[in-house]
Amino acid sequence: MSAIETKSAQTISPQAVRGAAPVKRQPRRKHAHRWAALAAVVLICAGYLLPFIWMLSTSLKRVDQTSTDPPQIIPHPFVPGNFWSVINSKTAHFPLYTRNTLVIAALTVAGTTLSSAVVAYGFAKIRFKGRGFLFAMMLSTMMIPFPVLMLPLFIVFRFIGDHTPIQMLGTFKPLWLPAWFGSAFSIFLLRQFFMTIPDDIGEAARIDGCSEWGIFWRIMLPLSRPALSVVALFSFMWAWNNFLGPLLFLQRPEQYTLALGLQAFQSAQGGTDWNLLMAASLLVMLPVLILFFLAQKTFIRGIATTGLK
Amino acid sequence: MKRDVQQFAKGMAFLSPWTVGFLVFTLVPIGLSFYFSLTKFNLLQPPKFIGMHNYVDLFNDKLFWKATWNTCYYTLMALPAGLLVSLGLALLLNVEMPGRGIWRTIIFMPSLVPIVSCALIWMWLLNPRSGLLNGILQAMGLPRSPWLSDPNWAMPTLALMSVWGVGNSVVIYLAGLQDVPQELYEAAELDGASVLGRVWHVTLPMLSPVIFFNLVMAIIGALQVFEIPYIMTNGGPTHRTYFLSMYLYDNAFIYLQMGYASAMAWIMLLFVLTMTGLAFLVSGRLVHYQGK
Repeated sequence: MSAIETKSAQTISPQAVRGAAPVKRQPRRKHAHRWAALAAVVLICAGYLLPFIWMLSTSLKRVDQTSTDPPQIIPHPFVPGNFWSVINSKTAHFPLYTRNTLVIAALTVAGTTLSSAVVAYGFAKIRFKGRGFLFAMMLSTMMIPFPVLMLPLFIVFRFIGDHTPIQMLGTFKPLWLPAWFGSAFSIFLLRQFFMTIPDDIGEAARIDGCSEWGIFWRIMLPLSRPALSVVALFSFMWAWNNFLGPLLFLQRPEQYTLALGLQAFQSAQGGTDWNLLMAASLLVMLPVLILFFLAQKTFIRGIATTGLK
Repeated sequence: MKRDVQQFAKGMAFLSPWTVGFLVFTLVPIGLSFYFSLTKFNLLQPPKFIGMHNYVDLFNDKLFWKATWNTCYYTLMALPAGLLVSLGLALLLNVEMPGRGIWRTIIFMPSLVPIVSCALIWMWLLNPRSGLLNGILQAMGLPRSPWLSDPNWAMPTLALMSVWGVGNSVVIYLAGLQDVPQELYEAAELDGASVLGRVWHVTLPMLSPVIFFNLVMAIIGALQVFEIPYIMTNGGPTHRTYFLSMYLYDNAFIYLQMGYASAMAWIMLLFVLTMTGLAFLVSGRLVHYQGK
């Protein structure tokens, strides 16, 4: 398991190095509250882990073992077959939901990353009248809660379906198409990163006869891999976890995403077979956790940067 | 002059995806919803103009006020709790200690859990009959709690649950803490400030822009609370966990009162605008921006 280290040097924009001289401290007193802090942290972490442990434990139990009094942490008997039952379930088709989610997520990630980078380049590197105003406009759209927009969006998609040959409602398009027009959050993040790349690099290429698009595509993008991976990761997470969007725009069960399918599985179960429900929740969560452990640094850097700037 | 036009054309070319998206997926929907808010509209027949009628009805709608109060009540509990816990955790996790990276990871992990999984895990933990939390309470000799099934307990329980997911803000605060100049702590220590004194007089003022940003986002975020109550309580018992976003959803997609729901959406939008504006006005006075 790698570890979260938050240092300003790791945040996306390089920070001015501050002269932090080594500090002389009284060692004894310092140690005392270090240990007190450690004790507190260990205790709190145990509490934060408990839901995970309980989920894992329940997912490995036989159904009559799930509600013992007092609660048992170690499953007896041990039933790893629960996961298999969930995957093969007749009430919910998790393999199909996984495929649907992956299709939507892939299109969302590609669209968000590509289009946000293009727009962010415009905001960061091209000076023109009205840029500041448009940028402020874009930032303010981040403040609009989705429920405010969901109803008219639904009507817009319905209108497009009625008046053009492109059917929108009941297809995946309302879920991934908007991503191809950039997301304010990602544009902002990438713009902050582009700002830190010196203009001289583009200037040199321009003198050599490189077009603006060429500078963006061949110079900026390759330099921006860390920021692009943050955007890709976040948009993947967003697509994977999105519930309200699929709830509004998908109609047939065979189109369900994992989030929607898991909820449908729960209401079909009526909340009885908690071992299966926990196994399903764990399976839905697992890819995100794995992704996080593979790309932890990228992740933390992204959150830290967007939160601060 | 010609160069200006050229630059503008170039800039707008790069901005075009966002501009089109902004028009189609934000500006037009907002404009449309204002128009709908002045109409009676059930998706099947064309909208019929009725003026401010929806707004008047909304003003007299008991359930609307109940949902508004619920949303505020939740925010009043979840916001301070989240702020205190996440700040406290960030300060704790900033202390040098063995295994610090692992502790940080553990605190952050719940923020990764997909929201439906999160709802199911907590439904199971909070299960009044065989949930783990009641098992623990009983083992400690405390009375069992009905948690979500009791009208008075339901909302505090949801607020309590939200504390599990503070990992995101902890990371943001931790990053903010790295930017507090070490000299300030040394100066405070030389002046004889205690640990708490240093937190109060150095850390908090220096972190205030970050805290402020998180607060504004959290207040606006309360309007988006939907999935957790939708899945866990469906607004009940007796509408005690019925949030504004749920009432909006039900009006629009269950009762097909698109005009009425649009009026609600507009009131929420105005609230967000006021909050953001107010927040930025206040920030000038209360929030300390380093070097500005």
